[in-house]
Amino acid sequence: MNDQTPTSAQRAEALQGMGCKRKRVEDIRFVQGKGNYVDDLKLPNMLHGDFTRSPYAHARIKKIDTTKAAAVPGVIAVLTAETLKTVNLAWMPTLAGDVQMVLADGKVLFQNQEVAFVIAEDRYIAADAADLVEVEYEALPVNVDPLKAMAKDAPVIREDIKDKTEGAHGKRKHYNHVFNWQAGNKTETDAAFAKADVTIKELIVYPRCHPCPLETCQCVASFDKIKGELTLWGTFQAPHVIRTVGSLISKIPEHKIHVIAPDIGGGFGNKVGAYSGYICAIVASIVTGRPVKWTEDRIDNLSTTAFARDFHMETEIACTKDGKVTGLRCYTIADHGAFDACANATKWPAGLFSIITGSYDFPTAHVSVDGVYTNKAPGGVAYRCSFRVTEAAYAIERAMDIMAQKLNMDPAEFRMKNLIRREQFPYTSAMGWQYDSGDYHTAMTKAMESVDYKKLRAEQKAKQEAFKRGETRELMGIGVAFFTEIVGAGPSRNCDILGIAMFDSAEIRIHPTGTGICRLGTKSQGQGHETTYAQIIATELGLPADNIAVEDGNTDTAPYGLGTYGSRSTPVSGAATAMACRKIKAKAQMIAAYMLEVHDDDLEWDVDRFRVKGNPERFKTMTELAWAAYHEVPPGMEPGLEAVNYYDPPNFTYPFGAYICVVDVDIDTGVTKTRRFYALDDCGTRINPMIIEGQVHGGLTEAYGIAMGQEIHYDPEGNVTTASFMDYFLPTAVETPKWETDWTTTPSPHHPIGAKGVGESPNVGGVPCFSNAVNDAFKFLGSTHIQMPHDHWRTWTAADKLGLHR
Amino acid sequence: MKVNGKSVEALVEPRILLIHFLREQLNITGPHIGCETSHCGACTVDLDGKSVKSCTVFAVQANGADIRTIEGMANADGTLHALQEAFREMHGLQCGFCTPGMIVRAYRLLQENPSPTEEEIRFGISGNLCRCTGYQNVVKAIQYAAAKLSGVPFQEAAE
Repeated sequence: MNDQTPTSAQRAEALQGMGCKRKRVEDIRFVQGKGNYVDDLKLPNMLHGDFTRSPYAHARIKKIDTTKAAAVPGVIAVLTAETLKTVNLAWMPTLAGDVQMVLADGKVLFQNQEVAFVIAEDRYIAADAADLVEVEYEALPVNVDPLKAMAKDAPVIREDIKDKTEGAHGKRKHYNHVFNWQAGNKTETDAAFAKADVTIKELIVYPRCHPCPLETCQCVASFDKIKGELTLWGTFQAPHVIRTVGSLISKIPEHKIHVIAPDIGGGFGNKVGAYSGYICAIVASIVTGRPVKWTEDRIDNLSTTAFARDFHMETEIACTKDGKVTGLRCYTIADHGAFDACANATKWPAGLFSIITGSYDFPTAHVSVDGVYTNKAPGGVAYRCSFRVTEAAYAIERAMDIMAQKLNMDPAEFRMKNLIRREQFPYTSAMGWQYDSGDYHTAMTKAMESVDYKKLRAEQKAKQEAFKRGETRELMGIGVAFFTEIVGAGPSRNCDILGIAMFDSAEIRIHPTGTGICRLGTKSQGQGHETTYAQIIATELGLPADNIAVEDGNTDTAPYGLGTYGSRSTPVSGAATAMACRKIKAKAQMIAAYMLEVHDDDLEWDVDRFRVKGNPERFKTMTELAWAAYHEVPPGMEPGLEAVNYYDPPNFTYPFGAYICVVDVDIDTGVTKTRRFYALDDCGTRINPMIIEGQVHGGLTEAYGIAMGQEIHYDPEGNVTTASFMDYFLPTAVETPKWETDWTTTPSPHHPIGAKGVGESPNVGGVPCFSNAVNDAFKFLGSTHIQMPHDHWRTWTAADKLGLHR
Repeated sequence: MKVNGKSVEALVEPRILLIHFLREQLNITGPHIGCETSHCGACTVDLDGKSVKSCTVFAVQANGADIRTIEGMANADGTLHALQEAFREMHGLQCGFCTPGMIVRAYRLLQENPSPTEEEIRFGISGNLCRCTGYQNVVKAIQYAAAKLSGVPFQEAAE
């Protein structure tokens, strides 16, 4: 060796593997406007579909007359429930075990429900004709309040199942009841409350909001009558699930369905489910023999596809007088809208909500969730969170603050006292979850020191005194949140979707010249998978990340997988990628041993090569081994260098974080300014710190939107009043705070590379942090809980109720 | 009209929106449709020296106009414009859906104000929504491009 020979460290750096801030591969096309999104697709003879939607939230349909619409020049066909019945598709199954109308059958159950589907030569004609479909309605009483859904005289939402006492998840106790789901130990928990020194109880509401990616849901269906094959391009976070469900619903054999998800303009959970638009576009293509495109407009998107949350959580904590938690109880009403189209692992009607004990050492706990039907849009997706984890995190983090207030303890100190200690990991929670790893006190301490927490509290105290003296009209709030997520769904013993275990997959082929392709069962919607998966491979196989192409979204070429949501890509497909690499590496080692004429065990791995132990100058690089795999493999060995791995995770992963923020509230205007937001995340092994930081910024911004202004709101008649960007709050660059990010690293012990997933953590931890800050500002005036969202009006109202304007 | 330097002539229905004319008749699919109500800015194009939301302009209103979209942003020699490079360097995008509108808007902003403050940038792009990045790195990218275009070294603000 001479001085020019790169060192191991230099060779490792050149690979751009795990841990480096590799620039994103996908950006090269995106910054030039060359992304390939569904609406960019234009096929010869393509038609456009558009919906006639219901202006009523609840009404009987007396008559639908499509004559005028059908007569518009350029209209090819108009579908209604009656036409769909001829192919048995007027209703479709949901992921949650319920059924849902594709087009309104007999009555409408929520405003903007799909009533007819007009197919025309272009989108303008389709929209014109959709307005000409004449529907005669007879209005019915409306209920949009989940807390009134199970009243004796509540309107019957679902006539199709009103006499069924058994639902997909057990007994139903009312005609508007969907399910009851419980976890934990009720007897022990009730006993803990009976002997507690101090208890708190608060109805904590996480309002209905919407993931609202900038690109709405859309698809193009093209049915080839000769081959009997359907190709479906669409905004799908889970393309394989869409193929399987599509096959089960349409009876087209699964191998004759080709689902392709091209570039997706953000998903955040909105694009997991199956919607009427997809089914109608498919049927329309079968009927007309031409490709049919369907694109949602923004009002359709906000008012019909995939709301999130709407959890009404009566949360109680029991505690000793010196501040040690002894029990947690939560009774939740979950508003599922008109159909239970919740996107959850099938066995978990309330998702992973039992993570509600959070980061604290609760000896016992119990939750009970009742799902109910109302005259609101169906959905219930995991908006930037793992199935209902964000609802759980919000409830526990608000409740912990309320208890600290009652104990007259500092909320950070109260948390420190109850956080699960490092030596308790792996930790089994009162709900039975096995937290794989954590170092909570280190994270919390680092967060408090980074923001100089004591100094902030002293400043707040001084401001409160000044306020009492009438010298300022501004309140200062300090928000503290410590969250634990449960992500990476999931182990097959816990999780399936319609019976399909929630594994995920990777297929890697290394070509003779040492470049390769990796195909995945997950689907990026902006997370940068093309960049980060290649980094995993670079480190595992010693091939430059730039030499690895990463592909997802095409069900013909990608191995079967359950898709991207619930922060499951890195925990599941990332693990599959590492495991597939290890199969390839094991084969490469045998080839190297054969070429170097040594025993396999006499070789050791060094960054990008196998070298002979004790004789580092004798080596074969991975690039050389790739070539050899195609022309000089050992006798009896199959040529080629590729592997597939289907990874069934042994456990979930449990990312966590400590967030602290400071807000200033003007009590006369209700305007809240975020002075500072510090977010410390522990997502285990960090694959690309630049992308992690970007994910945290984005998640915090969505959390800011939810906490400070978002709500999908219905008036008592069931009119959705927040269905455009005029009324639904999306933060702009002006009000979005500046983010300070930080981290600790506690690798997952059961994950092949120790990674835990991060994309959703900031949303899960951010919402309670903001909400706690606003509540903290008012706390010294005797307020215990102000409901989200903390927009200017609500904040002003809270101040007014406290008598601050008199 | 002129689109990205090329003359374009077409007969359109009076009600055709500029965004649909660009995307469906000219196959210029860089500008996207995100809201149809001129809030999100995904459809932003540069029209006669102004940033315009092409979802709320009729194609006929652009008769004779000089339009630039993301497809016309690269330098004459085919290399990326400083803003395109900056968005990648500073991780100013994720899903890429808002990016064409955001870059075209930032281009006009820098024409009007070659060295904007952070506050001016935030105000200047407030008509363009992004759901992924939280804007922080978008702001940084615009600062990076501003520095590069003015020939001064880029200094990353302390966190």
